[in-house]
Amino acid sequence: MATKNSVMVFVQQDDGIIAEVSIELISKARDLASRVNAPVSAVLMGNELRKAAESLIPYGVDLLYTAEHKGLAHYTPVPYTKVLVEIIKKHSPQIVLYGATTTGRDIAPRIASALRVGLTADCTDLQIGDYKSKGAQFQNVLYQIRPAFGGNIIATIVSPEKKPQMATVREGVMKMSSPDPSFKGQIIAEDVKLGPDDFPSEILERVKEEKSVNLKGAQVIVAGGVGVGSKENFDLILQLAHTLGGEVGASRAAVDAGYVSKDHQVGQTGTTVRPKLYIACGISGSVQHRAGMDESARIIAINTDPEAPIFQIANYGIVGDLKEVIPRFIKAFKAKV
Amino acid sequence: MGLNLIVLIKQVPDTQNITGNAMKEDGTVNRGALPAIFNPEDLHALEAALTIRDSTPGSKVHVLTMGPPSAVQVLKDSLYRGADFVALISDRRFAAADTLATSYALKCAVEKIGSYDIVLCGRQAIDGDTAQVGPQTAEKLGINQITCVSRIEDIDVDKRTITAVRSIEGGYEKIRAKLPILLTLTDEHYLPRPPSAIKLMTYKSASTEMSNTDFDESYLTSGADLKAENTISLWDINAIGADPESCGLAGSPTKVKTIDLVVLKSEDLRMIENTDESIGDMVHELIADHTLG
Repeated sequence: MATKNSVMVFVQQDDGIIAEVSIELISKARDLASRVNAPVSAVLMGNELRKAAESLIPYGVDLLYTAEHKGLAHYTPVPYTKVLVEIIKKHSPQIVLYGATTTGRDIAPRIASALRVGLTADCTDLQIGDYKSKGAQFQNVLYQIRPAFGGNIIATIVSPEKKPQMATVREGVMKMSSPDPSFKGQIIAEDVKLGPDDFPSEILERVKEEKSVNLKGAQVIVAGGVGVGSKENFDLILQLAHTLGGEVGASRAAVDAGYVSKDHQVGQTGTTVRPKLYIACGISGSVQHRAGMDESARIIAINTDPEAPIFQIANYGIVGDLKEVIPRFIKAFKAKV
Repeated sequence: MGLNLIVLIKQVPDTQNITGNAMKEDGTVNRGALPAIFNPEDLHALEAALTIRDSTPGSKVHVLTMGPPSAVQVLKDSLYRGADFVALISDRRFAAADTLATSYALKCAVEKIGSYDIVLCGRQAIDGDTAQVGPQTAEKLGINQITCVSRIEDIDVDKRTITAVRSIEGGYEKIRAKLPILLTLTDEHYLPRPPSAIKLMTYKSASTEMSNTDFDESYLTSGADLKAENTISLWDINAIGADPESCGLAGSPTKVKTIDLVVLKSEDLRMIENTDESIGDMVHELIADHTLG
C-alpha cells in the first residue's frame, strides 16, 4: 500500500487513554480517505503505547505511527512539535486532523508554522471538493468549514497550494464509527531523537476533576445565558433543571459572567449536545452557541427580546421575564406529573 | 535586573454582544452596528504584564498590535493603563493576512524590539476564535509556549524560570518553564485595571510617528522621558524588516472559498403566551409526546 498522501489524525492520549475526539476524527478520516482514494494514518505519541495502539487499529487505521519516549508521556509543546514535524515530513500526508482540545489547539498552530502550511480552527464540517482560483484548478481539496465572526457567518476555507491541509475539529461534531476487530492495519514505531534541550517545560502538577456535569448524556437541558441577569436569578435555571430531572447548561457569556462553571458551557467552545429537550433561557443565540445545541429534538426559547435570534431555531417561543415564566413552568409541570 | 515584556493585542469587532438590533431584516448580522473593542483576553494579557512589571523593578511593558490605523485606539488604551511603549504595525501589504502571515509579521516586530523575556497575548480573539496566532508566533520566534494560562505563580529572574497554571479540560496543569517564553492568557485571573485619569490626559492626543529607523534600545535602560514613550510608533513592512512575500494575502496559505451568511428562519416556531394557561398547555403537550416526564 502506498504510504504517502494519507489522511492523518493526530491522536491525543492522556495517561494511555485515547481522547474520544481522536476516534471521531479517525472515523471522519476514513470517509475523507475513501473520497480521495488514500490510506488513513494516525500518529500516537507517549510512553508504553502498545495497548493504546492496538485499540486504535479497529477504528480503521491503515498506518499507525507510534513515537515512544519517557518525556512524551504527557503533552508539552516543544518535544511533541519536534517529533510530529519529523513524522509529517517523512510520510507526507495530504491532510492532518487534530481535535480542537487544549492540546490540539496548542500543537496544531506550531506544526502549521513550522511547515508553513494552512490551518483552520474549530471546523464543524469537512468535505472534499474542487477549487478554482485565477485559472488554477485544484481537485480533491479539503473544504474546512467553520463558523466565523462570532458565528454569524459560515466560512469554507481551503489551503490548496500547500500540503498537508490541516484542521482542528471540535469534540462531538464528527460521528464515531464502531470498531471492526477484523480490520488490518500496521503499527510502525518511529525513531525518536530527543535530547535534554527538547524539554524546556516541566509539568509540576496535573489535576483533573471528574466531570460533575454530564451534558452529553442528558435528555433534558435547561440552559441560561447572560440574559438571566445575575447569579441569584441563575438559581431559577437550577430549579427548573432539578424539577424536570435535567442537566444545567449555559452560554459562554453566562460562564464568563460567572453565573456557573465552565463545565456547563454549551456551544462551539463548550460541549455539543443533542437532548430531547433544550430550554434556552436568556440566551440570545449566537451561532457559536447554536452550533452546540441546534440538533436538540425540541427547543424552547425564553427571552425578553422578541428579536433574539434564538427564536428562529426554537419550536416554542416565550417572550417574557424568566422570573415569571420559570415559576409558571415549574408549577405546570408539578401539576401534570 | 528587570524583564522585557511584550504584549500582542488586537482590536476586534464586539461579536459577543450581538443582540436583535445588530441583526438585519434578512437575518444576517450588521457588522457596522458592532463597536470595535480591545480583545478581552488581550486586556487580561496586558494586565498580567503590568502586574509582573510592577513586582519586578526595572521591567518594561511593550505593546504591539497589527491592524489598520484605527487600531491606534487600543494602543492608547494600553498607554492609559500603564504600558511603557506601544507600536502599531500597519501597512496595506499586511491586509488579508491569515494567522500564519499575521504571526510572521508579529515575529518580525517582536524581534525589532530586540531582547525580550516574556511575550504575552490573549488565548484567542473573539472575531476569529482560532487561538492560533500565539502558538504560531512562538514557533516562529523559536521559543517555548504555555497556552491557556490562568495565573502566573512565580517568576525566578535569576534562574530565568516561570511557573504558571494553565487551564485544561476539567482541571489544570502547573508548568515550570525556562525563559524566554510566550504565554497565552485566559480571562480567569487578571482583572484589568482601569485606565488612569492622569495618563489619559497625557496620552489623549498622542500621535503616531513613522519610525523607519532602527528601534532605539537605549530607552530601555535610560530615563523615562524619551520621545519613544510619549508617542505611538508606526511600523510598516520595511520598519520591521518583513519579507512582503510572507505577509498579507501572499503569505497566507488559507483562502476563503465561500462565505455563507447565517440566515435564521423559523420553520415551526410556535409562540406561547406568558400565562399559566398557555405554559400549562405546552408542558402538557411535551409530557404527552414523552419529551418530558
